[in-house]
Amino acid sequence: MTIFGIPLQAFLGQLLIGLINGSFYALLSLGLAVIFGLLRVINFAHGAQYMLGAFVALLLLQNFGINYWFALILVPLIVGIFGVIIERLMLSRLYSLDPLYGLLFTFGLALTIEGTFRYLYGASGQPYAPPPQLTGATNLGFMFLPIYRGWVVVLSLVACIGTWLLIEKTKLGAYLRAATENATLVQAFGVNVPVLLTLTYGLGAALAAFAGVLAAPVYQVSPLMGSNIIIVVFAVVVVGGMGSIMGAIVTGYMLGIAEGLTKVFYPEASNIVIFVIMAIVLLVRPAGLFGKDA
Amino acid sequence: MSEVIPVNDKQMSAERDTATTPVRPERSAAASRTYAIFLAIGLVILIVAPMFLYPIFLMKLLCFALFACAFNLLLGYTGLLSFGHAAFFGGAAYFTAHAVKEWGFPPELGLLVGAAGAALLGLIMGFFAIRRQGIYFAMITLALSQMFFFFCLQARFTHGEDGIQSVPRGHLFGVIDLNDTSSMYYFVLAVFLIGLVIIWRFINSPFGMILKSIRENEQRAISLGYSVARYKLGAFVMSAALAGLAGGLKALVFQFATLTDVAWQMSGEVILMSLLGGIGTLIGPIFGAGLVVALQNYLATSEFPVTIITGIVFMVCVLVFRRGIVGEFYASKIGRKLGFEHRR
Repeated sequence: MTIFGIPLQAFLGQLLIGLINGSFYALLSLGLAVIFGLLRVINFAHGAQYMLGAFVALLLLQNFGINYWFALILVPLIVGIFGVIIERLMLSRLYSLDPLYGLLFTFGLALTIEGTFRYLYGASGQPYAPPPQLTGATNLGFMFLPIYRGWVVVLSLVACIGTWLLIEKTKLGAYLRAATENATLVQAFGVNVPVLLTLTYGLGAALAAFAGVLAAPVYQVSPLMGSNIIIVVFAVVVVGGMGSIMGAIVTGYMLGIAEGLTKVFYPEASNIVIFVIMAIVLLVRPAGLFGKDA
Repeated sequence: MSEVIPVNDKQMSAERDTATTPVRPERSAAASRTYAIFLAIGLVILIVAPMFLYPIFLMKLLCFALFACAFNLLLGYTGLLSFGHAAFFGGAAYFTAHAVKEWGFPPELGLLVGAAGAALLGLIMGFFAIRRQGIYFAMITLALSQMFFFFCLQARFTHGEDGIQSVPRGHLFGVIDLNDTSSMYYFVLAVFLIGLVIIWRFINSPFGMILKSIRENEQRAISLGYSVARYKLGAFVMSAALAGLAGGLKALVFQFATLTDVAWQMSGEVILMSLLGGIGTLIGPIFGAGLVVALQNYLATSEFPVTIITGIVFMVCVLVFRRGIVGEFYASKIGRKLGFEHRR
């Protein structure tokens, strides 16, 4: 059976890879959008925090024998606390300035983190075995699905929807959204906005680290994994517009799939297809697909 | 026109000043005198420097200084943060190297090919990027330059990972042999100075004034009837062309062009040079470039990776040192006494 002259197996295989990449794009652009919404900072260190997530999981396993399941909870917590410290000590001093300074600061942070891990562990990737419960593959009738890959798609969807619910449906989320609209007014109502900002950055960093742990068994754990993905995620964010959480999630999956499908039909362009889509969106709808601001 | 558009007196006189006398409008006469003295001292230092320092190092420094000044033209005077200037620098290095090596162009024409190629690239990238502002502008330029990186990785003429190697320096105007290190140094110095004069002329022209007004208050510039998008694109192309000049020069100095120069890290480096030296000052980026290149040279022999230091310097600069070296000097007691006024 073939689709457009491509064997169905290969087609579905690339579709799955696209869906998995899309899961990470969605998780990361979601975190970027949450942070940007409230802090007005583009977190360039998001890729580094993602890499940090994967690396901390690996180190916990190697040094303390802490397995994947605990890492899934512990690592976001560790990296989240790291984010909180960074925000409290340094990033919070930059809010009154042009947002570009936030971008530059987090860029420096990303370089420092990446450089440190390259120095300590070298540039080559290290494997991280998926947990035994999730190894192997299952036959879906039309294709073989590696269980761990299916797990990535499901869990990232759960995390995305969970974050969306947190922001749209809970009281804390209501505070967050209100502070995004008018921080001064919210503060006047007695909400501690600085703490809210700190928590938001911590949450964003934790989300990135969560994505990192999830990614560790799929890709090689390497100090460079963060900077490779963050530029693509920036393009995703430009396409989706950072106005809406749902927009960031949907765009992430869409572009991941678009990238996967390009690999089937025209492999040479798979590296750049997301950037091309970004350029087209800029021509047609400069504010982004889901953007509110022009 | 002048009846309709309310231009204040200060601005009018400033424009007249630049049109008639080569005086920077924001500075007092005393400041421009000290400025001229500093400039003369700097020039003398650059002329005699190869007697004391390794010429290749100096040439590298000059290339990066020009690159940083070109970048600063955009950030400092137009307020646009480009995260994709590596595309122009590295792209031009490829164009120049290709023109000189494969087409047998003389070096001066090769440089022009590089700068023109970079300008064209800037026109295309700028066309997309100026559709968004601020932080989005930075992200779009980064993404587009990454796209160019992948193009260079796969294109035939760049030779992928190998790069274009053993690029001949050739004879300048068919006469002066640039394989001689000291001729090459003075050629690089001349191109650097020409580039600097172009930038200086550009920012003190009426066009440059309008760019500054866009930086200060874009809405107002629009309401005054200026086509802001076109001015921004003009500045972007100008900056790209000069960055290309620097890139082509680097290809001639080192006689190769590689992927390193198009990679996003290079865009970060040039931002750091400007930030460290002083955004929005004409000569700040030169100092910034000097420091960064010296640091890289110093650390090149040690095991310690440059990235960590670069990152830390970045953070420190943003947190406590936003004016940069030259900016801090202008704002300091001595700087104020000499008549410099910091404007940002």
